[in-house]
Amino acid sequence: MLTLESVAYRYAGASRTSLRDIDLSVADAEVVGVVGASESGKTTLALVASGLAPRSIGGQLDGRLLIDGEDMSGRPMHELAARVGICFQNPFTQLSQVADTVFEEVAFGALNLGVDRLDVVRRTSEALDGLGIGDLAARDPRRLSGGQVQLVALAGLLAMRPRHLVLDEPTAQLDPEGKQLVGDALAGLAAAGTGLLITEHDTDLLARLCSRVVALDSGGITLSGTPAAVLADPRLDELGVEPPARIRLQRAVDAAGLKIELPA
Amino acid sequence: MTAAAAVVLGGVFWPLMIVAVAVLLPAAAAGVLPTLLRYSILFSLPLAVSALVVNLFFYPGGQTVLFQLGPITATAEGFAFAVEILARIAALSGAITLFYLTTKPSELVLDLERRGVPPRLAFVVNASVQTVPAMAERAQTIVDAQRARGLDTQGGLFNRLRGIVPIVGPVMLGSIAEVEERSMVLEARAFTRPGRRSLLWSPPDDGVQRLARWGLAAGLLVVIGARAVGAL
Repeated sequence: MLTLESVAYRYAGASRTSLRDIDLSVADAEVVGVVGASESGKTTLALVASGLAPRSIGGQLDGRLLIDGEDMSGRPMHELAARVGICFQNPFTQLSQVADTVFEEVAFGALNLGVDRLDVVRRTSEALDGLGIGDLAARDPRRLSGGQVQLVALAGLLAMRPRHLVLDEPTAQLDPEGKQLVGDALAGLAAAGTGLLITEHDTDLLARLCSRVVALDSGGITLSGTPAAVLADPRLDELGVEPPARIRLQRAVDAAGLKIELPA
Repeated sequence: MTAAAAVVLGGVFWPLMIVAVAVLLPAAAAGVLPTLLRYSILFSLPLAVSALVVNLFFYPGGQTVLFQLGPITATAEGFAFAVEILARIAALSGAITLFYLTTKPSELVLDLERRGVPPRLAFVVNASVQTVPAMAERAQTIVDAQRARGLDTQGGLFNRLRGIVPIVGPVMLGSIAEVEERSMVLEARAFTRPGRRSLLWSPPDDGVQRLARWGLAAGLLVVIGARAVGAL
């Protein structure tokens, strides 16, 4: 279980906190979605949950990050990297730039962890096959589409065998086909037992994947509950979050005075 | 070693022999001779021209006048020395170009790492080389975008110079903006873990290659020794 306990975070040099009073946990195999307008604190939450804030970017963290009950305070980033993976929204900045093939790119993190070579090969093959991109293994990662690169980045994280994944708007820069690819892959990961924390503007994706959704506003959690409850909450509009297409359509149907209940 | 041997031997004959045997022949065997000649000439042209001009006209102690150009005099001694320097430059640029044309950066770095070079240093070397095409691609995208907005980057020198600023700015700023995210990605992939990392594979290195390397090193030592005692 990945737990944020009474977390507040302020970026270095900032006058106000970007996150406040965050209590949030993600169990194994659970998918928790985070919605909110731009600047609401979604990316900051992802950085804190992955351990990169404050380890990599500095700043002031209050509260605790716990993984499987262990307080991560003072633990170096490479230790956290083996337990929590993070995927960013720009697929292309996630390439190591030093791998000539997708296979080497996916193996990069596991090699850094000092995992035995044969084990790395096995992990890499499993990660590629698990995401359905085994046929890309020999390709140059810099010559792939955005959706494919995002899957390669995800595979690279999986080869490190983290129990939890944090995904910061993983489909934001992808075309519909790329979104579909990544969405399917995430659904498969959750089914296989990985805990996922996903910040995302695409509420349709969250409605499809999540078992719980929280809404952020000005760095604090304002709504929390099942996707059906949170994503249909009228206050979501005030937060600048567009509900899923089904809910928007249902509202339009209701507004037209039609007595039609759309299927969930 | 090729370049070092050319510098140590000096003169014109030996450096040119070295270029022929250790640069041109292997380049032809590797099928990169035309590319090598093109890159090598481009790489060394500014240095070669300046070496020729400086030595031809300003060689100290030059006596035999070849021709005069206003107040400056070209001498035969200066020309002979310039040719020696050009032969060394040819060996140097040829050897370096051959190395880059026949060695994949990732394989070089992997082999260096296998031999104990720290992973961070190896990464910096490799990423620097690999970033060049990525930067070129980014620059081309920005050039296309700026042209679509009416920026004239073709035609005369002035137009081209004027077009540089709106292109260089976004290229540099875009690259800098990505640095933080790239460094976080590396940290998130345990790159900062102390100690050696595992290596997925090692470049092939058989007995013949090892023998050739040691042979070249020994040959260089022999050349230096022979030169020192005046045997060459």
